[in-house]
Amino acid sequence: MKFSEAWLREWVSPALETQALADAITMAGLEVDAVEPVAAAFHGVVVATVTAKSPHPDADKLNVCQVDDGSGEPVQVVCGAPNVDVGQRVPFARVGAVLPDDFKIKRAKLRGVESCGMICSASELGLEEGRSEGIYVLPSDAPTGQDFRAWLGLDDHTIEVDLTPNRGDCLSLRGIAREVGSVTGAKVSEPTVSTVVARNNAQFPVSVRDGEGCPRYLGRVIRDVDVTAKTPLWMRERLRRSGIRSIDPAVDVTNYVMLELGQPMHAFDLDSLEGGIEVRRAVAGERLTLLDGQEVALDDATLVIADRNGPLAIAGVMGGETTGVTPRTRHLFLEAAFFSPLVVAGKARDFGLHTDASHRFERGVDPDITRTAMERATELLLSIVGGAPGPITEVRNPATLPHRGSVELRRDRLASCLGVRLADEEIQRIFRSLGMTSSVSGQTWHVQVPSWRFDVSIEEDLIEELARIHGYNRLPATRPEARLKLAADDEATQPLRRLRRHMVSRGYQEAVTYSFVSPELQSLIVPDGVSPVLANPISSDMSVMRHSLFPGLIKALTHNLNRQQQRVRLFEAGLVFQGPLDDLTQTPMFGGLICGPRSAEGWSVSREGVDFFDLKGDLESLMAMSGCAEEWTFVSASHPALHPGRSARLERNGKPVGWLGALHPQVRSQLDIKPDIYLFEVEQEALTRGVIPKFKPLSRYPEVRRDLAFLVEESVGVAPLVETIRAQAGEWLTRWQLFDVYQGAGVEEGTKSIALGLTWQHPSRTLNDEEINQLIADVVQAAQARFGARLRS
Amino acid sequence: MDHLPALVNEARAAIAAAEDAQALDQVRVRFLGKKGEITALLKGLGRLSAEERPAAGERINEAKQALQQELDHRKRVIDEAALEAQLAAERIDVTLPGRGEVSGGLHPVTRTLERIESLFQHIGFEVAVGPEIEDDFHNFEALNIPAHHPARGMADTFYFDATRLLRTHTSPVQVRTMQSQQPPIRIVCPGRVYRSDSDLTHTPMFHQVEGLLVDEGVSFADLKGTIADFLHAFFERDDLEVRFRPSYFPFTEPSAEVDIQCVMCRGEGCRVCSQSGWLEVMGCGMVHPAVFRHSGVDPERYTGFAFGMGAERLAMLRYGVNDLRLFFDNDLRFLSQFN
Repeated sequence: MKFSEAWLREWVSPALETQALADAITMAGLEVDAVEPVAAAFHGVVVATVTAKSPHPDADKLNVCQVDDGSGEPVQVVCGAPNVDVGQRVPFARVGAVLPDDFKIKRAKLRGVESCGMICSASELGLEEGRSEGIYVLPSDAPTGQDFRAWLGLDDHTIEVDLTPNRGDCLSLRGIAREVGSVTGAKVSEPTVSTVVARNNAQFPVSVRDGEGCPRYLGRVIRDVDVTAKTPLWMRERLRRSGIRSIDPAVDVTNYVMLELGQPMHAFDLDSLEGGIEVRRAVAGERLTLLDGQEVALDDATLVIADRNGPLAIAGVMGGETTGVTPRTRHLFLEAAFFSPLVVAGKARDFGLHTDASHRFERGVDPDITRTAMERATELLLSIVGGAPGPITEVRNPATLPHRGSVELRRDRLASCLGVRLADEEIQRIFRSLGMTSSVSGQTWHVQVPSWRFDVSIEEDLIEELARIHGYNRLPATRPEARLKLAADDEATQPLRRLRRHMVSRGYQEAVTYSFVSPELQSLIVPDGVSPVLANPISSDMSVMRHSLFPGLIKALTHNLNRQQQRVRLFEAGLVFQGPLDDLTQTPMFGGLICGPRSAEGWSVSREGVDFFDLKGDLESLMAMSGCAEEWTFVSASHPALHPGRSARLERNGKPVGWLGALHPQVRSQLDIKPDIYLFEVEQEALTRGVIPKFKPLSRYPEVRRDLAFLVEESVGVAPLVETIRAQAGEWLTRWQLFDVYQGAGVEEGTKSIALGLTWQHPSRTLNDEEINQLIADVVQAAQARFGARLRS
Repeated sequence: MDHLPALVNEARAAIAAAEDAQALDQVRVRFLGKKGEITALLKGLGRLSAEERPAAGERINEAKQALQQELDHRKRVIDEAALEAQLAAERIDVTLPGRGEVSGGLHPVTRTLERIESLFQHIGFEVAVGPEIEDDFHNFEALNIPAHHPARGMADTFYFDATRLLRTHTSPVQVRTMQSQQPPIRIVCPGRVYRSDSDLTHTPMFHQVEGLLVDEGVSFADLKGTIADFLHAFFERDDLEVRFRPSYFPFTEPSAEVDIQCVMCRGEGCRVCSQSGWLEVMGCGMVHPAVFRHSGVDPERYTGFAFGMGAERLAMLRYGVNDLRLFFDNDLRFLSQFN
């Protein structure tokens, strides 16, 4: 809602400077977005009359004019505007004037002819965007010699208020003025609207078939109008300052009344209507071409204004093209109605529209203002386009008109909600200033809600009104009281915070990537993954929910690779979305990615690139945080995005919970990524679920260590071999170390040597050689039986 | 015997000339060893008369002790020099950087979220989280925003179908919490939220922290006090001015927007605060009774307040970040500034 300060001050004028007035409006809850001067800075411009005009002797497009600027002496000025003519009143910049953008007017010679000033166009005065066609011709009653700025009241401001959707009642000067009066205590004076006496019996029949959608409909015929008449400058200026373009008197007046009283109206060309007005639901299949030229298909959810031939307008949204006012219009049919918010709500958006009318009807127009608005519009129209009004036709459905009841407010509730008791006089003053009548019985206020307040229906609404007008910042601030209660703390579960910090200490930067990704990238990473797709994405490359953290991490990586970063270590924690909507899982995941040199470049580190085991080591250290490292297995498996020989499925207690591996070279080349990259992702829950440590007594007896080197076929995995060995090594095995894996000279081709150190310790005695030898024999035998392993001699 | 002084002088010269421990030891062996020259003199005492023997023995022993002292002294000097030399040789440039993994860092949004969570945890709030793909009921209906309510236009929503959407705020977590437990409730709900808006000052995804306190007798004054305390603590400025401006949210009543004195210009007026001196940082209000009813809480018995703030907004103000979109580029040059 945009309006002029000067216009508002006609309604209510508190003793506040412009900015203070704007602040008061903001602090009432109507947030002022902008306060801007209605005209750029200029001075030295007066109203002048063109008294003579003759062609310039040396230039085809120039005229030499004489103007009377009220100084008594005629002033000669050269003017290039094609529309300049004798007798016109014009804004005239005298020598010494300064126009917007610091344009100084000086005495000049144009092609040899002296010019002492400038006749201005609207754009030269900053009153119109772009470049005006010709000079600004003023009404003939403009007083010659008067300062132009003062005459047009240009030392005014446009105040723009960003209204919350509950305050439809403030979408008018009337509403804003009431609020200003309420918060400042200044007196509000409404313009008097008189009843227009009908000058004929011309009426156009109105029938309302949908009383729910249209509880009140007023129509009036005005015969013999001249819509080619020009809207008066004062009205055009007020519209301009409210951000509305002047079109023709009929549209201008309906817009003006809408701004003034909040009632959207519509003017039809009476001759284009047939039969009578019908307010009804559209019939599926009906079509309508709107004022903006758009043709829309209607259905029975849409309330329309129709005549015998079909729909003329979408009720409360927009009129039709064929029945609008044109310069040839002779008779008008004016409409002022109350359409129910629920029927208009969402309609404009359904048609891709947002109009001043729909904006107001959706939020609720005062159902009691309809007749006042009709009278006001008639009065204004008659003064511009002339004509003879008929009587108002009104169809009213009292059963469906909104009924604002009385709302109760308990004193104690008010005090306990706000934390303070407001004085009765203050409460009464506030209610009165908002147009609410109130009475007290016992400890309860009974408040009658005015017709324009669609947002007040319960006790809390009244509490808010009182708090708001009294002033939030005058209310006390306290600290809530509560019983001290220790929160539960699940010690076995690792907080996500700890996982994050662990990654940070291992050199990773945390990334936060979008939860929606490009479907192309996602299908490259998880070709068979199903994830929900947005119906209205910002762009197609952000249209599908991520099935995995990989696409986002890869995108973040390429961003950095493209900016000369060579060593990238990223991790992210967040949800992944898997499955169709009806069978969706939203699983918290934890993932990471490494790329580039193993160590940050330095004076004593190698520049060797990272490999699988760098990332696996980081992951294992995360897994160990739960205290359940032994529950995890890395199973060689293939993933569509990962290198088949360098990828592992992560399992905890045999349940698959994630992946680790090198990005598949093919995927890499499709994404145009040069270096090797390694990624993992794993369900957060599997990383965070742990155990509480359980103490085991320390043994006082010596440990025994034996190193064994096995020869096995290349394809044998170390983990299953170690698992077998551990199982055979007995309960006293306390530690094992894998200290060498070797292939090459001295080891038969196709085989590898695996060297393990096994350490035993008995809790209550010294182990003897025979026992250890027996255990080793068992271990060797089992390794041989399961994996064909031989002891290396 | 007569050559004892000469021998002593010779030994002294040899001690002084010894450059290292090995050479010095050779000198010791040569003069004082079992077969050393001075030792030999002692052995030769037997050839002297009984009268001469004590005096001669004494002289030789004195000479021997003196030499031993000089040897010890020389040994200390040589050892010290050797240690000096070793230390000098082992000298390193301690200004060289250390070896090993350099530390990474948390994302500034995480840093901010954790900070906000901690501040509230200190006064007994718990952290609650919930799904990001939500249904119409939890994101709108339960929050007193029925279909076609103009307030739906306040948050441009990403939809999957008619009823499922990306949550536009973390308020659904509040609803879910109230549905599953009775007051007193004190929670903060951090997380990702989504709105279909993308320009210089909006990203389609951002983070919010919402808070909820429900108990008997909770007042608007409590809300004001809590929010002011929080903002003072977050910005670590007890003199930070905070003001409450009436506003509208369907799920709270009374509702307020909270402004702080601009932290960039201290209220003087600058580009960041659009010359107003104030910055809008959060929304809040008393929980609307309709929300209580939708969530199974008795609005006659309990009252409560709720608040919500954007983590990126607060991070930008706290750390002076001037471009919202940087938060989601994941540029290492940006991220590492928060390490």
